[in-house]
Order: sequence, then C-alpha cells, then structure tokens
Amino acid sequence: MTRWLRVCRVGLLALLLSSSALAIDPIELSDPALQERYRDLTHELRCMQCQNQSIADSPVGLAGDLRREVRELLESGKTDAEIREHLRARYGDFILFRPVFNWRNAWLWAAPVILLLLGLVVAVRVLRQRARLAATDTTSPDDPAP
Amino acid sequence: MNRYLLPGGVFLLLVIVLFIGIQRAPQKTVIPSALLGKPAPQFTLPVLGGNESFNSSSLAGRWHAINVWGTWCPECRVEHDMLLRIADSGALPLIGFNWKDEDSAALGWLQQLGNPYSVGVADRDGREAIDWGVYGAPETFLIDDRGIVVHKHVGAMTPEVWEREFLARLPSTAGASQ
Repeated sequence: MTRWLRVCRVGLLALLLSSSALAIDPIELSDPALQERYRDLTHELRCMQCQNQSIADSPVGLAGDLRREVRELLESGKTDAEIREHLRARYGDFILFRPVFNWRNAWLWAAPVILLLLGLVVAVRVLRQRARLAATDTTSPDDPAP
Repeated sequence: MNRYLLPGGVFLLLVIVLFIGIQRAPQKTVIPSALLGKPAPQFTLPVLGGNESFNSSSLAGRWHAINVWGTWCPECRVEHDMLLRIADSGALPLIGFNWKDEDSAALGWLQQLGNPYSVGVADRDGREAIDWGVYGAPETFLIDDRGIVVHKHVGAMTPEVWEREFLARLPSTAGASQ
C-alpha cells in the first residue's frame, strides 16, 4: 500500500515537473518572485482558442499575446487578483480555470451539498422503515430464511 | 403506488434538465462576450497601410459595427461577400479591425476582393484585441449611439445573422442618420 502511494507520488511529481519543463515559451522575468507568480497565473488562465489548455501550455498566437499581457501587468506592479480581474472583465468567467462564485452559478456550488442532504434524508427514512419492519415482523421479505 | 412517485419524479426532472441542455448545446460552443452592455473600449490604432492613426472617439454618437479579421483567417474570406453587401446597403459604418496581420497582405486582400470598410485599422501585435476580448476571427461587434456594446457575433457573417442579430437591434433611424 505504502509502496503504491510512493509510486503515485513520484508519478505526480514527474508530471508536475514535465508540464513546467514543456512550457511553450519560458519567458524569464528579472525577479524570481515575479517569475513564480507569472508561472502560476499563466497556468490558471484558459487559452480561449484551444479551451482545454492553459495559456502557459498553448502554442497559439493569442495565448502568447495573453502571456505578454500577464507579464506586462506583473511588471507594472498589479496584484494577482487585479490581473485575473483585468482578463475576466475582457474575456468573461470562462478564462478562469478556477471559477469564481456568483449568483448565476450559485446553484452549481450548492448542488453537491443539497444532493448530500437529500441522500441523507432518504437514507435515514429507509433505515427507520427497515428498523420498524424488523421490529414488527420477524419474517422480513428482504432477508429470506436460511 | 406511492413509492414510485419520488424516483419517477426525479427521473422526469432529470429528463427535462438534460433535454434543455441538449437543446441549448449549439450555443454553448460560442463564449458570450464579457463586454455586452458595457462601454466599448476606446482605442487609437494606425490606419491600415498608413502612418496616421485613427481614434475611436470619432465614432461616438453613431451606431457602427466593428469587424475583426485577418488574411490568415479562412472564415473571413467566407464572410467577405456578405460584408460587401452590408457596406452597399449603407445600414451602418463597418470598421475593419485587422488583427495580427501584415498590412501589405491586408491591403492586397481589400484591393483584390473589395473594401467593405469605412475605416480600416491595424492591430498588428494584438494588444488592442485583448481589450475587446477577441479570441477568434472573424468576430463582429455592434455598438450603439451611446458607445455601448450591444451584440457580438463570433464566426462568419451570414445574411441570416445580419438580419436577426444586427438589423433587428438597430433603431429605424440609425441608417438614415449616416
């Protein structure tokens, strides 16, 4: 079991390393802290032309333009949140791989909780019914006599 | 009998939700513009093939359409004849937004196929296009007389789209004021 976990961990690490090593254009910013933020930001912004890639992973022209935009905004001293908002205002929520909560998608966020509660209610009711049946009738149809 | 009511109801609800989802699927491939209902971005860009620049403030107070295109874009070739017909109709000024292209190639294209644009601007390095949220040419924006982005169409312009999504939004006086 532990061995399996270790294999998984090594695999995951290799995957992470390879994705950054394969970055389409490894722009080097002067400041290593900025460089790290640049890497993180470009990995969480969607390439609008190829849609299932981040702008860090996409070779298309628009992704390159967006990387340049991110770099310039970083160098002008904008915060990560400001940069995300800058691009969201132009391209919409779709450009963010990590969706933000708003009233239009609230039900999506709430759905798992609602479904879980619903499942609990059903489960409790079924279990109670079973218990009641078992108490009144010893020959339950659910578990046939051996 | 009652025990089938809840699963049946849930199943029916699921059918309805999925049915609506499938019905709306074709629209899902187009990403709605974040600019709708907002003021159009202001820009100053070089006039295509020229040294002078064009400022978008000169469009203020008029309905106009901005067409994003490039000679590298096959769908732009498809819609070109339709753009020429729109220009001929005089419904509203078409602004040509040449995106990440060579000026010489763009001028050659217009000379060969005809020029539907009242003004052509060149966004050579694609900086301005980001302000417009452009992600794939051709794209056509409709801007009203208050400078608000009213509509955006992604993909080739067709007579149906022009009729249904653009002309239908124009007030009857927009064409006459040009």
